[in-house]
Amino acid sequence: MDLRLLAATPTDVEQDAVDSVIGLPEDRDGDRIDQAVGRVALGGHQVRAERHLLLPALHSLRNARGWISEGGLGYVCERLTIPPAEAYGVATFYSLLGFEERPDRMVHVCDDIMCVGRSEATITRLEAEGVSVARSPCLGGCWSPPATLEDAVGSTFASGSDTPPVPQEPNGLRLLRRVGVVDPTSIGDYQEHGGFSALRRARELGPEEVLNELERSNLRGRGGAAFPIAVKWRGVRAAEGAVKHVIANGDESEPGTFKDRVLMEADPFALIEGLLIAAEATAATKAWIYVRAEYPTAIERLGTAIAAIEAAGLHDDLDIEIRVGAGAYICGEETSLFASIEGQRGEPRQKPPFPTTSGLFLQPTAINNIETLVAVLEVIEQGATAFAAVGTKDSTGPKLFSVSGDVHRPGVYELPFGTPLGELIALAGGARGQIGAVLLGGAAGTFIGPGDLNFELSIEGATGVGAMLGSGAVMVFNDSTDFGAIVRRIAAFFRDESCGKCVPCRIGTVRQEEALIRLADGNVIDSVESELRLLADIDAVMTDASICGLGRTAAAAVRSAIALELAGVIT
Amino acid sequence: MTDITLSIDGKTIAVPQGASILDACRTLEIDTPTLCFTETLEPAYACRACVVEVGPGALIPACARQVEEGMEVSTASERVIRSRRMVFELLGSATNLERADDDILRWNDSLGATKDRFGLPTKARERTAPHPGHHSPARAGDAESIQEPVKIEDDLYVRDYSACILCFRCVDACGEQHQNTFAIATAGRGFNARISTEFDFALPDSACVYCGNCIAVCPTGALVGKIQWDLRLEGQWNPSRQETKRSVCGYCGVGCNLEITTQDGRIVEVGSPADHDVTLGNLCIKGRFGWQFVYADE
Repeated sequence: MDLRLLAATPTDVEQDAVDSVIGLPEDRDGDRIDQAVGRVALGGHQVRAERHLLLPALHSLRNARGWISEGGLGYVCERLTIPPAEAYGVATFYSLLGFEERPDRMVHVCDDIMCVGRSEATITRLEAEGVSVARSPCLGGCWSPPATLEDAVGSTFASGSDTPPVPQEPNGLRLLRRVGVVDPTSIGDYQEHGGFSALRRARELGPEEVLNELERSNLRGRGGAAFPIAVKWRGVRAAEGAVKHVIANGDESEPGTFKDRVLMEADPFALIEGLLIAAEATAATKAWIYVRAEYPTAIERLGTAIAAIEAAGLHDDLDIEIRVGAGAYICGEETSLFASIEGQRGEPRQKPPFPTTSGLFLQPTAINNIETLVAVLEVIEQGATAFAAVGTKDSTGPKLFSVSGDVHRPGVYELPFGTPLGELIALAGGARGQIGAVLLGGAAGTFIGPGDLNFELSIEGATGVGAMLGSGAVMVFNDSTDFGAIVRRIAAFFRDESCGKCVPCRIGTVRQEEALIRLADGNVIDSVESELRLLADIDAVMTDASICGLGRTAAAAVRSAIALELAGVIT
Repeated sequence: MTDITLSIDGKTIAVPQGASILDACRTLEIDTPTLCFTETLEPAYACRACVVEVGPGALIPACARQVEEGMEVSTASERVIRSRRMVFELLGSATNLERADDDILRWNDSLGATKDRFGLPTKARERTAPHPGHHSPARAGDAESIQEPVKIEDDLYVRDYSACILCFRCVDACGEQHQNTFAIATAGRGFNARISTEFDFALPDSACVYCGNCIAVCPTGALVGKIQWDLRLEGQWNPSRQETKRSVCGYCGVGCNLEITTQDGRIVEVGSPADHDVTLGNLCIKGRFGWQFVYADE
């Protein structure tokens, strides 16, 4: 590949940062740079196959210097044979990577759905202290708003909040039974609390019987799409390809959702155990865990856990790599996540082909939510019959819910599918004040009015009230809430997080926010009715014609808020 | 190869296996709007102008989906027309489509797209701020647009990104599908996503080799030759006074066919036919621009 590189040179710090990810240049054969013309023909196919190191190298530059300079980006391009325009395109996709000199310390303060309005005092205080503040989408700290993220030059990010609270007693819990009980940094402690018994059992059963057990359990994915696991895994096992992947999707970015954070931070060995079972059942040759950068504790603990599992030889030589996001909600969408790992912009792909045959690097891939992988352990340990005895016919097993907002005990709760929403709210200490509405499923979810709160929390139960369970986010708002501010924040969120690839979402999310602002201001173009027709048209094209789930759900909360006539949306 | 039988708008048709729904629509002469699709490139499936209805789920881009036996496709349902119209309305509300290909203007009109329902478009401003994830909404009542100052950095190209619909054809033509130069890519995110060189360098400072293959595939006039741009500014660009003749490039032995366009007997543009086996519409800098000596004074 004949590339024209950037003229700027890296500093020693930048060069070391990139080399620490890619290796020293002397280690390679075939690196040739023609300094006279500034063009480069580097180590060919072998080097280009390492494009997936682009995002880790960008992270390393950011950690070292705080921002990405021309010299730094140019050096990455030279080492990985990436066209500078493409690398710039990738780097400018992520909100946590910057291109300008910045203060040594910054604090990202969440002003998303649960923190909006509650973050202003913190922002004012920090700014008065001379700290540079960046407003942030949901940081997964909704139980104690506002959530913050420390961002200092010379180190990785640090979360301003602890592991989310689990207010239930551990007795009787399955998915959460080790949370707060086990030492998340100790493989020995994990084993003493029943760790790896599912992996041993799975190895006794063999892949076919594991798949049969999962099919009998009717376990469905916990990330929002509720796809049957057995179907997905069988698809990957049956797909042709010498290299296959399993991925744990820990890019939990749906506002109001922090249940995967609990599992990754407080029981990291469990999801890796689930990933090992997934790899053996699907005949995968490579495993990945993709975690959002906003969860630094999870990243650190998963790294420690992988090292311990490898040292103990439990991984059966499976290569497990952690990949860290860089501030992009869209990268939780499976095909965008593939693109992000591959070192491309985190844009979704048109499906079909589906990941089971054409996923990461266009190879067969099983990608699963964190909670799903932990639920797999339950199926294998207890057996399908016992697992399916909990929950409803179509939604089997236990389910985690992230409860936040106007309740007395926000946190992560585990309940059998089918439990009425009212019961969950009661378990969370009951509402503070009269409930005005519950937002189910986060920004991509649906507002449910106070008259509908006793539906069953199951995939089919949510459909019955015109909602989706989604990721299990339950955000409770009392009747003094300015829902207009919440709805406009949701619209702004989608505008910020749209990747920009398809027309309906790229422009529709902008027009949706603008119309909502006009309605709130009473500054309508023609009439309230014409603005509502406009919103309905934008809703139709985004929901019907967008390339991925982000655009297809970007109007859901707005639509439900208008239908419920929530206060403050239209003035 | 076996044929696949499907029905489109109630008409039954058999097309070869592997054909797309769009191929089948065009075989039936159903006028299907397309923006990111062009015959010589793999589409990005990004514009969503060609969506059709197949069953109850989300609409499907006709260019993206292969035909299946017994498939029932609707291209004229209320859902399809509404989404297609909104694609054109949204683009029109943010983008200058005045110089777009005739087909695009025709589809815009036949769908009844009205771009001014969303407020007054914001005025041109630099759009290079690279930071994604944050924005300040436009002044209440205005519709955020992508209008920005025109980029004129040399004597060959003009880049007027106010007319860019992000079909990504130029990026694909510059990159691995045609030219393998990789001078441009998508940068930024969301509404601020845009076609850019690295660090928004001016084109002469980038990897650009001035083949002009990006200009050849641009459907909206966002990328245009400097001569056409200047004639348009002077009000002198007039397709009705133009004539296009086919020739063969004389610079080397490859045999690239040329389409030489003259206006009032004077060369104004050179391209290559997209259906020519050798070029697929591509040329090098010499073929596309190396004729201007014809009018040199010395």
